[in-house]
Parts: sequence; C-alpha cells; structure tokens
Amino acid sequence: MNIRKRLNNDGRVAAFFLLPSLIGFSLFYLIPFVIGTIYSFKGGAVGGSFGGSFVGFFNYKELLASSSFLKAASNTFWFTAINVPLVIGISLLLALYLHQTVLFKNVIISSFILPIVVPVASIVMLWQILFDWNGTLNSWLVNLGFSQIDWMKSDWSIAVVSVVYLWKNIGYNMIIFLAGLQNIPKDYYEIADMEGAGRFFKFRQITLVYLTPTMFFVLLMSIINSFKVFRETYLIAGDYPFDRIYMIQHYMNNMFASLNVQKLTAAASLMVLCILMLVFVFFAIERRYRRFMS
Amino acid sequence: MKRNTLIRKWVLTFFLLLMAAMMVFPVVFTLSNSFMTENEISQNYPSDREIQQDNIAHKESFGHLKLFPEKFSFEQYKAFFDKKQSFIDKEQSNMKFYGNSVLMVFPIILGQLIVASLAAYVFGKLKFKGRDTLFLVYMVTMLMPFQVTLVPNYLIADKLGLLNSFGAIIFPGVFGAFGVFMLRQFVMTIPYSYIEAAKIDGASHFSIFMKIILPLIRPGLAALVVLLFADYWNMVEQPLIFLDDPSKFPLSLYLSQIIEETRGIGFAASILYMAPMLLIFGFTKKYLIKGIQLSGAKD
Repeated sequence: MNIRKRLNNDGRVAAFFLLPSLIGFSLFYLIPFVIGTIYSFKGGAVGGSFGGSFVGFFNYKELLASSSFLKAASNTFWFTAINVPLVIGISLLLALYLHQTVLFKNVIISSFILPIVVPVASIVMLWQILFDWNGTLNSWLVNLGFSQIDWMKSDWSIAVVSVVYLWKNIGYNMIIFLAGLQNIPKDYYEIADMEGAGRFFKFRQITLVYLTPTMFFVLLMSIINSFKVFRETYLIAGDYPFDRIYMIQHYMNNMFASLNVQKLTAAASLMVLCILMLVFVFFAIERRYRRFMS
Repeated sequence: MKRNTLIRKWVLTFFLLLMAAMMVFPVVFTLSNSFMTENEISQNYPSDREIQQDNIAHKESFGHLKLFPEKFSFEQYKAFFDKKQSFIDKEQSNMKFYGNSVLMVFPIILGQLIVASLAAYVFGKLKFKGRDTLFLVYMVTMLMPFQVTLVPNYLIADKLGLLNSFGAIIFPGVFGAFGVFMLRQFVMTIPYSYIEAAKIDGASHFSIFMKIILPLIRPGLAALVVLLFADYWNMVEQPLIFLDDPSKFPLSLYLSQIIEETRGIGFAASILYMAPMLLIFGFTKKYLIKGIQLSGAKD
C-alpha cells in the first residue's frame, strides 16, 4: 500500500515537472513526426501539396524509382559505412595510447577536442584555399610533377568530406573511450599478466570486452554525427554539390524547395525506419551482451 | 631494452603532437591570416572564379598557404565593423548578423537548461508507469536528422505564426531532447539516499530539485551549455528553412556569403565568429570533457 501510494505521488509530481518538456516536445517533434508519416501515404491535392487522399505505398514506389533519391541514399549509406568504422578505429587507437602515461597529455587531449567547438562555417575559407582548382594542394601536386585534381568536383570530394568528419569527431569519441578504459579494473590485467597472457590476448579478452558498452554509444553517436556532415557539404558546395557528396539531406531539402511533400515525407519515413531498426538491433545485442557478462 | 622503450615513447609522443597540431591548425591558420591586409589575402589566395578552368596548370595563379602576414594589420577587423561592407542589408553593419545569432542561441540555451533539467530529474529519479518507453521515444527523436520532420514542422510553425521569425528556431531548440538525455545521465549518478533523506526531512520535490539536484548536476549543466552553444551557434538547416528574410540570418549562414563576396575580410569574420566558442571552451574544458564522458557511460 505504502509503495503504491508513493508511486502515485511520484506520478503526479512527474507529470508536473515533465509538462513543459512534454508539451514542447510533442508540438515540435512528436506530432510533426506522426503527421509526416501520415503524409507519406497521401497523394497531392489538386489545389496544393497537402491533404490529398490516401494512396497506400504509391509515394514509396515513386521514391524508390527516383534515381536522385537512390543516389542520395547510397551516398549517405556509403559515407556512414566507411567513415564510422574509420573514426572509431582511429579514436580507439589514440585512446589506447593516451591511456598510458604520455608527455603533454593534457595539451594533446585539448587539441583533439577543440574541433568540437570550432564552427564549420569558419573553416570554409581554409577548405577552399586547400582544395580549390588552383588551391594549395594542387599547387603542391603540380610542383611535384603530377596533374591537378578537381577535388570538390570529382570522386575525391567524398574523401575531402571524410577528412572534415574525422577532424570533427575523433576527439569526441576518443575522450569517451578514455573514460571507458579508465573504468576497467587494473586487477584484470594483473591477473592476465600472472597467467602469462600476451598483449593481443589481453586487448581482445579484456579491453575490447569491457569496452563494449562504450562502443555501442560511440557507434550510435558516430552514426548520428555522420548525418550531420550535411552542414559541411552544404556550406562548401551549396544545394547541388558534386554527385558523390549529394546526401539524403540535400535530397530532402531540395524536395522541400520544389514542394514535393510526398517524396520528402516518404524519404523521411524510410530514413526513420532505418534508424529505428539500427537502434533496436543495438539494444538487442546489448541485452545479450549484458546477459553474457552476468 | 630500456633505451628502446624510451625511443618508442618519444616517437609516439612526437606522432601524437603532430596529429594534435593538425587538429588545431585550422584555428591557428585563420587567426594568423586575420591579421593580413585584404590586399595580401587576394594575392595569396586568388579566387577560383576568376581563373579559367582548363587543363593547363597556371602556375602564377596558384594559391599558397601562408601562415605569417607580411605586414601585421587590423584592416580586416575594421572592414568587418564598417557599415558599407554588409551585403544583405546596406543599412546595417555586419554586427547585425552577430546579434541575430546571439538572439537565437541564448534563449535556446537558457530555455533548454530549464526545461531539460526538470525533465531529467523526472526521467532519472522518479518512478511512474511508462517512463522508460517515453524516454525511448525522446531518444529516438534525438537521433533523427532535422530534415525528417521538415514539412510538418514548417506547417506547425506556420500555424503558430512563427515563420520568418526567430521563434521558429528558438522553440524547437528549447525542447530538443539532447539536454534531457545528457542531464539524465548526471542525475542518475546522484544516490537515491540523498533524495530519501530530504523527503524524510519533509522537503518537497521542488525544493529537492532546487537544493539537491541542481547543485549536484552543475558540471552537466556547464557541459550542456558548451555543447548546445557549439551546435546552435553553428546551425545551418533551421534558418535556411524557417527564415525567408536574409537580414535575419545568423552569422553561420551569413559568413559563407561574406566569404563568397570578399575573401578579404573572411578570416577576421571567422575569428570573430568562433571567438565566443573558443572562450567558453577555454573556461569550461574540464566540464565539457566530464560531460561528454558521462554521457557515454552506461547506467
């Protein structure tokens, strides 16, 4: 009885404290999301773009037949699929080094997390100076006897965007890994040492295993942040960048500009579906991992 | 043997310092170049547009990265503050866009601190039915790119009469889920016994929140301020959609216009743009690291 009463009390207080957040959250995130999903199943009305009749999966079929959507979706997919493992690998390696006693440790850590707070717009200039047709990199190439590369208008553009993504995200992941490493009890390594375990064995059986929860979080954040790379490409190359860096967000923005609500909402719903599946797969694996640990 | 490990250690340190230097290079480069004259800038880095794009290398027209100004000058900074340099609104100086950014970002940070810390207390320490499901919903929306809810957001902003006003950007910002997520992690580190003890002393939930929770999550609040500042000071998507009137643009969007029009003052503008971020970073670095690390910790 007592417990039940306490629960109810908490419920009322919770509602009161949560109300401001809940109202705003519903209004600006939840309801728009629901409306968006509904729109994705509707056709365009005669007079305008909104509120037509239900058309089932018609919009999705149209969307999947659109070559610019497929291009944008595959670009986004490949960008994420390549750069997320890359950023995690590099930041884990750095964290492993920095976990030992290293000189200038604080300076190094500060330098690596600085990019988190440097606004993209303020480094656009440097980017142009480096990667323009007559930019510094090309000047070096020509001096070395190679021919110029049109960095932002060739397949290289994806590599250039990757560099910026890595620059911005390595430090963030690195300090999360560092915290994860600090939480692994030292005795585990000592016991392994006594049993004569090799370095690689210790890394695989202790470090990686105990780092798994951290790894999930880093993975999730890296994926979210890989979607944010749109900002960079937009500021550098505008609405219609070179084909290779035309991301799903460019597509959605351009659908918005041309008032093609059907394709936009269908694309958005598909993207949400992918993110949801990813999240649930992560949670499922994590739960299995926890059971394995205990 | 010992000598070998010592050498390895130095090679490693050198390598790490080199990478660290690459990380800070964009900032150092922008700072040093902001003290060049406009003339020197256009000499060093000719814009692509003026040059014919053929397959012959025009050696004389290549840009060359220069770290040190020939002549130290404040010319760019003066020009930035000069009224006639503004491209969008001839009546206003460039500072107007600085003001736009401030007017949008500060209310978002203040609002989200209040709203999110209240919600974080609920999600972190109070028990009620459906709590975890609701939190999962918050989490999932946090993961979604802005474009996903573009259309309905636009319609709602329109209904509320917020279009083309700062409100269209401020309100969604205030209710963003990131602050709730992050502060919850901090709230969860507070032992239940603190709250139980306060309850026994007859404290209300509100006074528990004000006197126990808020002071204990202060590092989290500091970290949140920095991360929100970094995110919204840098926003691109939202103003692009919600603001029709270019004179309302924040500095983040306007800066790319400056760079497009005249590279000459771009560096000074960039430095002025990132200055508040760098200052806050300098003062709250410790909390920022702690905040990011704790947000990655599992409960």
